[in-house]
Amino acid sequence: MGPLITNGIISESTNLFLAFIIGIGFGFVLEQSGFSSSRKLAGVFYGYDTVVLKVFFTAAITAMLGLLFFSLFGWIDLSLVYVNPTYLTSAIVGGIIMGAGFIIGGYCPGTSFCGASIGKIDGMVFIGGLFIGVLLFGLGYKLWENLYLAKFMGSPKVSTSLGLSDGFFGLLLILAALGMFWVAELAEKKFPREEY
Amino acid sequence: MEETKEIKKTKYLNPYVGGVLLGLVLLAANFVAGRGLGASGAIKSVVVTTMQTVAPAASTGSGFVKEFHQSHEGNPMKTWLVFEMLGVLVGGFLSGAIAGRLKVKVEHSPKITSRKRLILALAGGVLFGFGSQLGRGCTSGSALSGMAVLSVGGFITMMAIFGTAFALAYFFRKNWI
Repeated sequence: MGPLITNGIISESTNLFLAFIIGIGFGFVLEQSGFSSSRKLAGVFYGYDTVVLKVFFTAAITAMLGLLFFSLFGWIDLSLVYVNPTYLTSAIVGGIIMGAGFIIGGYCPGTSFCGASIGKIDGMVFIGGLFIGVLLFGLGYKLWENLYLAKFMGSPKVSTSLGLSDGFFGLLLILAALGMFWVAELAEKKFPREEY
Repeated sequence: MEETKEIKKTKYLNPYVGGVLLGLVLLAANFVAGRGLGASGAIKSVVVTTMQTVAPAASTGSGFVKEFHQSHEGNPMKTWLVFEMLGVLVGGFLSGAIAGRLKVKVEHSPKITSRKRLILALAGGVLFGFGSQLGRGCTSGSALSGMAVLSVGGFITMMAIFGTAFALAYFFRKNWI
């Protein structure tokens, strides 16, 4: 059955319409969780507000489990679901640059749109920055093309790379997340701060 | 005092409930489109369109534009992520309207000025935008969506983003706390 577009169940226009609807859900949940506030987001790096960690890992686990169950019930063909390719060098270097952008700017791209949608001027300026950053990458593409394409490893899954089944690795990930949630709750008690 | 604290604490959704809902949105994206959520991809569409409009001749030779068209057919603005991000603006606005959080303002720590906050927001945005292209997606597209499908690259990018932000947090503490 799923993915609907890959299996030709819905048209391209319906797909784009559903993208808009899914986007509304995405923006709504982010804002409801407090991701429209840069000071709340940055809190995770100082321990006073760990909402980012809790929402992020709960979401990753929920979606992962959902995909595994959907596959088990025959509702989705996992072989047709896009697995992000791994280019080792650029995954690390890109992540490091994004991490610096996160602590300096207080947003990531999705959350900056969320902040901008409720009137945060710092969110709008961050989006302006994103545009400049992507444009710089595009204009100077030749300079970092080799770095961008280095160490291509295909689209490996962590579970397969470790020689584990998806389900068992999923269980380990859930246990790791529970451990992190426990630390997060402790940190919030240790560095309490007023809600932003 | 105790009462105001209680109200302030409950103004946002419980993070675990928010996480489950976000996970279901991500699951829906995979079920419909066969791929996860994203954000920086929409900016890339805007940048490609800008390059093609401003300098049509130069952009055809650009490796960046070519690479984009290898994975996207037709009009760069008519992509899944562009429509999804327009939805994010609507969804965020609706949530803010319901919660009474709609307000035009610059949010910053009392220790820094609005001007400094905006300069930092711009600088952070430039870095994040650039990094998201190298990393083939940002926190949404690469880290979160990648983790849900157990992608090795997704896990690595997630660890690099959060690890770097934690490592640098001390140096930027005055901007936040």
